[in-house]
Amino acid sequence: MKHLDEYRDPALARQLVDRIRRHASRRWTLMEVCGGQTHSLLRHGIDQELDGLVDLLHGPGCPVCVTPAEQIDQACRLAQLPGVVVTSFGDMLRVPGRHSSLLQARRAGGDVRLVYSPLDAVKLAQRHPDRVVVFLAVGFETTVPATALAVLQATELGLTNFRILTAHVRVLPAMEVIAGEPTSQVQAFLAAGHVCTVAGHQVYDSFCERHRLPVVVTGFEPVDLLEGIWECVRQLEAGESHVVNAYQRSVRETGNESGQRLIERVYSVADVSWRGLGTIPDGGYQLRPEFARCDARLLLQEAFAPSADEPTVCPAREVLLGRLRPPDCPHFGGSCTPETPLGAPMVSGEGCCAAHYRYARSALEPRETSTGDDCDVK
Amino acid sequence: MTSSETGESLWPSGACPLPRDSDGRQVTLAHGEGGRETRRLIENCIWKLLPRTRYSGQGGDAARLPRPDGALAFTTDSYVVTPLFFPGGDIGELAVYGTVNDLAVMGAVPLWLSLAFIVEEGFPMSDLEAILQSIAAAATRTEVEIVTGDTKVVPRGAADGIYLNTSGVGVFVEPIPPGPDQIQPGDMLVVSGPIGRHGLAILAARENLGFEPAPLSDCAPVTDLFRAVRSAGVQYRAARDATRGGVAAVCQEWARASRTTFCLRESALPLSDEVRGASELLGLDPLFLANEGNVTWAVPPKHLTELLRVLHGTDLGRQAAVIGEVRPHQSVSVVVAGRLGRERVLEEPSGVPLPRIC
Amino acid sequence: MCLAVPGRVVAWINRHPLFAMAEVEFEGLRRPCHMACVPEALLGQYVIVHAGVAISIVDEAAAHKTLQELRACGEDPAVEAGGVPVDGVGHFSPLPDPAR
Repeated sequence: MKHLDEYRDPALARQLVDRIRRHASRRWTLMEVCGGQTHSLLRHGIDQELDGLVDLLHGPGCPVCVTPAEQIDQACRLAQLPGVVVTSFGDMLRVPGRHSSLLQARRAGGDVRLVYSPLDAVKLAQRHPDRVVVFLAVGFETTVPATALAVLQATELGLTNFRILTAHVRVLPAMEVIAGEPTSQVQAFLAAGHVCTVAGHQVYDSFCERHRLPVVVTGFEPVDLLEGIWECVRQLEAGESHVVNAYQRSVRETGNESGQRLIERVYSVADVSWRGLGTIPDGGYQLRPEFARCDARLLLQEAFAPSADEPTVCPAREVLLGRLRPPDCPHFGGSCTPETPLGAPMVSGEGCCAAHYRYARSALEPRETSTGDDCDVK
Repeated sequence: MTSSETGESLWPSGACPLPRDSDGRQVTLAHGEGGRETRRLIENCIWKLLPRTRYSGQGGDAARLPRPDGALAFTTDSYVVTPLFFPGGDIGELAVYGTVNDLAVMGAVPLWLSLAFIVEEGFPMSDLEAILQSIAAAATRTEVEIVTGDTKVVPRGAADGIYLNTSGVGVFVEPIPPGPDQIQPGDMLVVSGPIGRHGLAILAARENLGFEPAPLSDCAPVTDLFRAVRSAGVQYRAARDATRGGVAAVCQEWARASRTTFCLRESALPLSDEVRGASELLGLDPLFLANEGNVTWAVPPKHLTELLRVLHGTDLGRQAAVIGEVRPHQSVSVVVAGRLGRERVLEEPSGVPLPRIC
Repeated sequence: MCLAVPGRVVAWINRHPLFAMAEVEFEGLRRPCHMACVPEALLGQYVIVHAGVAISIVDEAAAHKTLQELRACGEDPAVEAGGVPVDGVGHFSPLPDPAR
């Protein structure tokens, strides 16, 4: 496919790896904060290719994984209400809350459907005026314009049977938490290309300046990723820290302003809870008061009672902050697997633990045993 | 068969001469209770629409069949697909081809099928007729005879429309392929055509994904492929139609059975444009998507060229391709060599593939 | 992440600011996509689609330049340009419509 296949060219990828190899005078630690990038890095074996040169820490990049268990429980409870259809993205349906996942709720008789787009949920509401259609809205900034558009279209169409359960989160505040940790090992960030497509990259200027960390806006294909990594290494070797856009075919400095206006009309920034990380100031969105009638939680008024964060032995916070590598976790692969996840990073295929579980177990080729301790450069 | 008593002139062609319930043309519980309605349904609708062949519609509680010349293959499968009618096929075709294909891939020539329906009360009679017509056409095309059957009606809500079961009997033809446990390191892996089409067609139809044109299922009989391969004398170790779980599931199972490691090449997988596009858009891996007219072969290297030549000469196998090879056993069953040359472990299929946004 | 894929705009369906839609082609597959975020997209242009909504127009010139630079580096390892600082980033200007 055009604008994808070119960036999967093995020769270009090889050449970028060589360039990184020639320039890296030491081992650098980078973090990507996008599950899609994590997936692509591991799927293409880029982490193995750069073994010993660049350590890639996988941040809290999966909006599906960081959706609080409580919200999933709410969605499941909504699905059991008569006349209610709960919709969400396919990957959200498998994620367990405290009690069940939406797929389990469906098996228990709930009307749960997957949609490719929140706008498809609006269409469903239009076709079924006798039902209430709830969309469990997850995703980073990338997805928020779609949800906002759904709310606006439903309002314009006068649909009173379309409701939103908002679980949208914002990436930059999570990066602030990670970079602000006194023990943070992250030396540069790969910023998420599609988040920046919507939000732009000038929002990273102050972050970059305050933390003196390179921030490179990066795409998702192997060549894109290697270009982003190369730019981080180049800056680190030169002692620089800029915001650089290495995904120029999609990302403009100011992002997509039409998309931002849609978000602005429907949502305001709010402190929200991230599964595994706790509450993050300005870490997400809430519906503006004028759209409060679209809030699906109204349907749960009596049932809705916020409870304490889930009890867990999962050191998710350490993992999401990049301080604990998934394979080093005592539960990894034993009591904690994608089938029986103990915490956030294992719950969806894009979670960093799940991605590690899937790809990093390969180790088919014997890896060189490093003589030094992995930790000495981090 | 008493259906001859009802002359063609009495009933419009293809219509069932059945008592109507209040809504008109629907299956009722009475159709499953063994009385007059049941007899009429079976005689005047089911047997009437199915092809009349030598051993079909004999009456009695079992079909009486001649002893075939050779070892028997016997298989069964149930069909519960939603939606019942999907782009490229329907549950009726699936129920014939699925069972016929199971016999064919084992190295047998399919001969006879049983056909059982479990129908939900209220199921539209016109849909039942359409399904029967599909079954009839599929049986004629694959030269199998439907020799016995059963119909049950369950109350509303106890089934989702209609379920089918077919069992099939075939006769093995020499040389019988040795089977998956005889797969050796060095063997090559071949698929007969673009992968993942049925899985995508069903997903797109079931979830209303809004694609234009609607992706088509590859639902088809693979009997012609095996006829061609047999008459060319091509020898192979094992063959399998990669249905649920896709090519990934077949490879996992074979690698375990033969205690080898399979290595697939991502760039070698034949994909239709729709599957390629949808896999990118929805984040799906075509290796995990179901097929219904696609065969995976493990073949010794010296027969590879001949197998490909024969397959390329058939309708279904025009795009047959080598997708990987078998290696001595390593720590994992199946690996996929990505475009950059690095290998990753192919996980075992688990659950239906779902589109993702992450 | 956010799984988003480039597809080619093949037909406009609706130009309403809120309900704007166009047929977008992804390899052999077409799907109507919402265009409220890229109302200026022209036929033949590629848009990046996420969850049924086009969120940007692919900057062909930038894509071409990126690939050219990468390929040039391959031919001549001495050419190893650094990244483009943000102030050097070119802004998108609509391309001529190849479908016309």
